[in-house]
Amino acid sequence: MIRFILIQNRAGKTRLAKWYMQFDDDEKQKLIEEVHAVVTVRDAKHTNFVEVWDQLVSYALSVLFPQFRNFKIIYRRYAGLYFCICVDVTDNNLAYLEGIHNFVEVLNEYFHNVCELDLVFNFYKVYTVVDEMFLAGEIRETSQTKVLKQLLMLQSLE
Amino acid sequence: MPAVSKGDGMRGLAVFISDIRNCKSKEAEVKRINKELANIRSKFKGDKALDGYSKKKYVCKLLFIFLLGHDIDFGHMEAVNLLSSNKYTEKQIGYLFISVLVNSNSDLIRLINNGIKNDLASRNPTFMNLALHCIAFASEIPRILVAGDTMDSVKQSAALCLLRLNRTSPDLVPMGEWTARVVHLLNDQHLGVVTAATSLITTLAQKSPDDFKTSISLAVARLSRIVTSASIDLQDYTYYFVAAPWLSVKLLRLLQCYPPPEDAALRSRLTECLETILNKAQEPPKSKKVQHSNAKNAVLFEAISLIIHHDSEPTLLVRACNQLGQFLQHRETNLRYLALESMCTLASSEFSHEAVKTHIETVINALKTERDVSVRQRAVDLLYAMCDRSNAKQIVAEMLSYLETADYSIREEIVLKVAILAEKYAVDYTWYVDTILNLIRIAGDYVSEEVWYRVIQIVINRDDVQGYAAKTVFEALQAPACHENLVKVGGYILGEFGNLIAGDSRSSPLVQFNLLHSKFHLCSVPTRALLLSAYIKFINLFPEVKATIQEVLRSDSQLRNADVELQQRAVEYLRLSCIASTDILATVLEEMPPFPERESSILAKLKRKKGPGNLPDIDDARRNVNGNTEHSEKTETTNKVTLVRTASAYLLNLNSTPTAGASLLVDVFSDSSTLASVEVSDENFPRFVCKNNGVIFENQLLQIGLKSEYRQNLGRMYVFYGNKTSTQFLSFSSSVTCNDTLKNHILSTSSVDPIIEGGAQVQQILNIECVSDFTDAPVLNVQFRYGGTLQNIAVKLPVMLNKFFQPTEMTSQDFFQRWKQLGAPQQEVQKIFKAKHPMDTEVTKAKILGFGVALLDRVDPNPENFVGAGVIHSKNTQVGCLLRLEPNTQAQMYRLTLRTSRDSVSQRLCDLLSEQF
Repeated sequence: MIRFILIQNRAGKTRLAKWYMQFDDDEKQKLIEEVHAVVTVRDAKHTNFVEVWDQLVSYALSVLFPQFRNFKIIYRRYAGLYFCICVDVTDNNLAYLEGIHNFVEVLNEYFHNVCELDLVFNFYKVYTVVDEMFLAGEIRETSQTKVLKQLLMLQSLE
Repeated sequence: MPAVSKGDGMRGLAVFISDIRNCKSKEAEVKRINKELANIRSKFKGDKALDGYSKKKYVCKLLFIFLLGHDIDFGHMEAVNLLSSNKYTEKQIGYLFISVLVNSNSDLIRLINNGIKNDLASRNPTFMNLALHCIAFASEIPRILVAGDTMDSVKQSAALCLLRLNRTSPDLVPMGEWTARVVHLLNDQHLGVVTAATSLITTLAQKSPDDFKTSISLAVARLSRIVTSASIDLQDYTYYFVAAPWLSVKLLRLLQCYPPPEDAALRSRLTECLETILNKAQEPPKSKKVQHSNAKNAVLFEAISLIIHHDSEPTLLVRACNQLGQFLQHRETNLRYLALESMCTLASSEFSHEAVKTHIETVINALKTERDVSVRQRAVDLLYAMCDRSNAKQIVAEMLSYLETADYSIREEIVLKVAILAEKYAVDYTWYVDTILNLIRIAGDYVSEEVWYRVIQIVINRDDVQGYAAKTVFEALQAPACHENLVKVGGYILGEFGNLIAGDSRSSPLVQFNLLHSKFHLCSVPTRALLLSAYIKFINLFPEVKATIQEVLRSDSQLRNADVELQQRAVEYLRLSCIASTDILATVLEEMPPFPERESSILAKLKRKKGPGNLPDIDDARRNVNGNTEHSEKTETTNKVTLVRTASAYLLNLNSTPTAGASLLVDVFSDSSTLASVEVSDENFPRFVCKNNGVIFENQLLQIGLKSEYRQNLGRMYVFYGNKTSTQFLSFSSSVTCNDTLKNHILSTSSVDPIIEGGAQVQQILNIECVSDFTDAPVLNVQFRYGGTLQNIAVKLPVMLNKFFQPTEMTSQDFFQRWKQLGAPQQEVQKIFKAKHPMDTEVTKAKILGFGVALLDRVDPNPENFVGAGVIHSKNTQVGCLLRLEPNTQAQMYRLTLRTSRDSVSQRLCDLLSEQF
């Protein structure tokens, strides 16, 4: 199950945060910082998977969230943006890795060559895209055609 | 401006966002935001009613401000109002604001509920979806179930919404006739509906597999249709030439909730599917894109998981292994990583273990060349999992050499693994001893107590290796700088078996002693204490060095050592060596008896360390993909055993046995029956949690005072009975009953004179031993005659688990490392409670110290918090305990968190301590 989805830029600014389990605001902030610290140091020779438990730079997170030993982060970098999905340690890595890409392709289509600014100005629409594709921590719809059709339909509504 | 926002954009919002982006500094941004907040506030408060568009715009601005990280304390009402709008865009912003900003316990929930109910009743699919999405995020909203005869997209949302409700509050959606209908969604034409339904069914099937058995055949049928379809058949659901990869993964995952199908036809159909998936992996790729190979391999890895889960088809297992073998050398790091991970579980199947072993060279190479530490870690895991008698020497040697350069974060784990493998596959125990000594040499700091305890246990239990061990440690100690752990092992082994090598003049008794003593001054107190015990053992083994050792013991640095433990040992050992005859010495200092064989404490430690779902363990049940890990969890907690009686144990025996002389022993359990009806007084009991002395009971006649002291697992309690009257108490007697005699044990009670004169005080001594962790306290029953009437008094004695604490000092790093190791949910107990007493830092400190743990300074980043550590000693085990107390002076509340390796201990300690503040 997905625990949260994060889109961050290289400087660590959050462009989207979608939470599928309860955290309080401090915890969310802490997680956002930690995820940024963990993924930005990795390069192409590294895997796209981080088992937070093994890798964490700071102990603080693991002290705060003992359940994190059962989580991992799957991430993919697109230009200056990191798309990160935090899932259970037993979840299928590649399926979520491609889940990210599928999502990015939809964004790209929807915003006609998406760039970081689109996500900033249309943040409320990005949430709609996420909701069409992921719901309650699960993959909801994987067909790009269907998602885009639905998005265009919503777009036409007043 | 992005293309999509034409026409429907909120101009004011875009301008505002641009303004924020143009701010040169943080201050400017805050200023701009404050200005906007003031503007919005005045608009909301103004007399003029806002139209829907303005409301939407302002709520959206507030949302943006919140997402920038600023607090928002108004606008909720306007957002809720938007829910009742007829326009989609306005409704959507309302729902978005609510799911991002509103907590499930807010007062607004009832209003929001109304909005959601209306939308669900609207029959407008778009509005229904909005409402369903919102429910899925604001978790506690009560059940609103949707019938399935609506549009597909609504079905999808409804299924996942149900899943969410089932996860958060399962009692809201009881199983019913709808369950059968849900299973049939697997047949739905719309693959999006099937995708969502499969997630729902998988979750439900994990909870009650029997109710969803029918899903097996439907899932197999669906899977079969997908894998055999031509890639264009599924159109929308084909992703880079792979047919419905996500759905396939989910179906394979659902099947992992069940054993292989019993029905032969179904079974062979499933086997066909799995074979097809394996075959496809061998076909040339239809695209060079990484998306193609990732999607294909996602399905492949899930299929392999299922094959491993079934563990019944040798051919499939071996094929899976060969496939993974290819990936081990793939240029994609992701694939190498996943192959190593997956192979770990394959190694534990009897069918594929041999096939896995053929890849040993590749794995060893990975250990040496991989750049990503997590990949190297998987390689270590796999080597550990594939190890058996035939390759143990090679693997252990490779791990040892990797250890020299390994990342600090994984050293301790490698040390444990090497220690376990060396023990498990040792045919020749000289190899075992060499390996452990190497381990201490290479990574002494990471060798935990369990590891060096274990080598001593094994040496003591196997007489064929004792001479070799003595010789080897003697040689290892020759090194000018050796790790303290080596000194400990060396001291212990030479103390027991030094005589076996004393024949050689190069290792004569005096040489041995001088060698050990040359390390003495560089060691910490516990090691020195151990060495002192080794010295007294030397006196018994080698009478010729007695004088030299006595000289050492007699020196001021020993006899007047500032550390009370060292001083006591020196005094007692010196005295013992002077007055005891050789026979007595030989008896007291006899060689340690063999240790009872139990599960290796190191293995238990490794399991704790790795945590559930993460351990490729030789003996352990293999990982269940769907996250059911309770079974492995249980074995972990029950098996914490520490087998070593350290040197100090016999020291304690020396003083405790003689004082509790046989004549004083009273059978305390024999005559408790008459006292059963007396009410047990326990009102003063809580006061003794953090202190040892005081008055436990008092009435007009009698006062009972206590003084107690504890050391490790033993305790002694002095009970003072004070007669407050001027008349004699006659037929005075007392006894102690323990509800749980197996757990805390009153070793002996001294007898008391049956007559207590008026105004007099008599004393009784209780010797106590903690056998294992316990909850119930013993009860002291007192009986006497006063003025012709028989008085019965029963008092709960303050013998609590925390009395057997031994404080442990540790650094911040150690603390957090151990804290992390004790991360399983049941090892932690947390309690939040109101302060009953004024919150005074000094008083709190004193109480925590009185509770028995060491108070660790500068461990917690927040100086207001208290952090403590200690070990509970019982006869059977030692339980490490970490605690953290966070006061919140504003709220007058505390949060107490305890972590120990045993859940019962965590709970008990938390109950005891939380009553104290």
